Amino acid sequence: MAGPDGARELRIGFIPLVDCTPLVVAHERGFAAAEGLRLNLVRETSWANIRDRLVLGHFDAAHMLAPMPVSANLRIGSLHTPMSVPLVLNLGGNAITASTALWAEMKAAAGGELSGTDPRGMGEALAAVVRARSAAGRPPPTIGMVHPFSAHNYELRYWLAAAGVDPDEDVRLVVVPPPFMADAMAAGQVDAFCVGEPWNSLAVEAGVGRIITTKAALWRQGPEKVLSVRADWAEQAPETLAALLRALVKAAAWAEDAANREELAALLADPRYLGVDAGIIGRALSHRLVLERGGEPVEVADFLLFERSAATFPWQSHALWIYSQMVRWGQTAETAENQDRARRTYRPDIYRRVLGPEGVALPNASMKVEGALKAPTPVASSTGRMVLGPDGFFDGLEFDPDDVERYIAGFAIHKRNA
Amino acid sequence: MQNAGLSVAIVDENQMRAAILEEGLVSAGISQVTLISDTTNLLRQLVDLAPDVVIIDLENPSRDVLEQMFQVSRVVARPVAMFVDRSDSSMIQAAVDAGVSAYVVDGLRKERIKPIVDMAISRFNAFSRLQDELEKARNELAERKVIERAKGILMKTRKMSEEEAYAALRRLAMSDNRRIIDIAQSVVTAAKLLG
Repeated sequence: MAGPDGARELRIGFIPLVDCTPLVVAHERGFAAAEGLRLNLVRETSWANIRDRLVLGHFDAAHMLAPMPVSANLRIGSLHTPMSVPLVLNLGGNAITASTALWAEMKAAAGGELSGTDPRGMGEALAAVVRARSAAGRPPPTIGMVHPFSAHNYELRYWLAAAGVDPDEDVRLVVVPPPFMADAMAAGQVDAFCVGEPWNSLAVEAGVGRIITTKAALWRQGPEKVLSVRADWAEQAPETLAALLRALVKAAAWAEDAANREELAALLADPRYLGVDAGIIGRALSHRLVLERGGEPVEVADFLLFERSAATFPWQSHALWIYSQMVRWGQTAETAENQDRARRTYRPDIYRRVLGPEGVALPNASMKVEGALKAPTPVASSTGRMVLGPDGFFDGLEFDPDDVERYIAGFAIHKRNA
Repeated sequence: MQNAGLSVAIVDENQMRAAILEEGLVSAGISQVTLISDTTNLLRQLVDLAPDVVIIDLENPSRDVLEQMFQVSRVVARPVAMFVDRSDSSMIQAAVDAGVSAYVVDGLRKERIKPIVDMAISRFNAFSRLQDELEKARNELAERKVIERAKGILMKTRKMSEEEAYAALRRLAMSDNRRIIDIAQSVVTAAKLLG
């Protein structure tokens, strides 16, 4: 619908998280207006609302958990309207925080020597706590995450299982809405949680928890939030979608520029968006996290990427990795048809068609072996100036999207066909 | 009564709205209605209650907690589905527009659930109309106060009677094609500026 100034108005749902940045910047810094769009950003309280209101046509597009459109297309969970992902909003941006009590237990289990954010050491310490609690007849740790179809769920499960902890048997995984995480931790309802920023840093500032590892440390440059639209809308309004993608890519580049960080933190701090202190928001943006209250900030490589390393490109290998974990944990069946549905949720074809003519660097391939790049690597692209990676998983495993079956079969802990 | 055996949980932090909904459900013959306003450990509370239907306000972030019930149905023992029938998009649309969402245990017959969801939708709509009226009444009260103050200013500075002051405001409003409240507001603002 065209607005009074001739601009086309788009209603877009978002959740107050640092990674809604490209949408806020596109609106506030004129990138949307330059494309003839007026963004009406609607703050929502739950991912379920985001999905339902997108499906019902209340929203034209939405800030969405990367696995959510995949689950819709696999017809698992609720409301199965086909969705398309033409653009990724960010890589990274999550962390895992332990309560001060669990942190003390982990340190004791590790013989007092535990520091930094190394997922391997942290996983071993947590596994030792799980065994000790079980031996003493105490309840297992309860760990919060944000939605069954979230990167958080799969990150936690991947990390726990790698340490020999069965996420369905040895701990209790529960969903807690991000704004309630710190309170739930303070009240002793969760011993740890995995959530996007700024909620980890807020728990740290409240003195209730210690950040123990990050998404970037578990899977460097793993996908987090995506732009999701209804598949039929993408077909019916290609020009509007193209304008939105152009605006978002420019916004992502603006947000990635370190010179704009302070301005961006202030923008996100506005009550209409996050309503959180700009200094806290700035931690994620500067890749420098304070792990415990009063501590010195530590550098976390690639903590949150908006544009660098082709962050906006919808790699079909990301969609397939998500699918592999859905199969691994018994959320969906492993079939050729499901694999195909999952892969085709991500639409590099739309990205290429719209952004190629804009001079945005395009990789020649739509899938890559995830975890294969150990260092920044120039890759074949239509413009010849694309550098990817490193993109490793912390356990050194590689995900070959051409051999999903073998990858899933390789995990010792899984719930396939449960 | 065909609904007598059903149990319904209402998850709503707005206790007034929850009470209105509860009253409607009870009068429809559903005796087991539980209000949950404290959403800490919601999943555990719901597992303990084992309701047939969960009605939740759309603004409650704990909707995502309910979605987990799909995924942990092995733990919960009873699978949970959203809405009566996923294909019934007009009912989903009506519910979301009203600001409510209903989660229904699979296996319950559609015709038993529909009246409950319809009831929730109409009660939520009635509540939001009530809210609108309350808001309107509050605004009218605030507007009346501004007009009173403007009249007081005119009476004091122009030595007008109350009737003359009101007539002056109304005359200006008519000639400028504006609302009396807007004229009154500018009188109050001007008086502030001029000390």
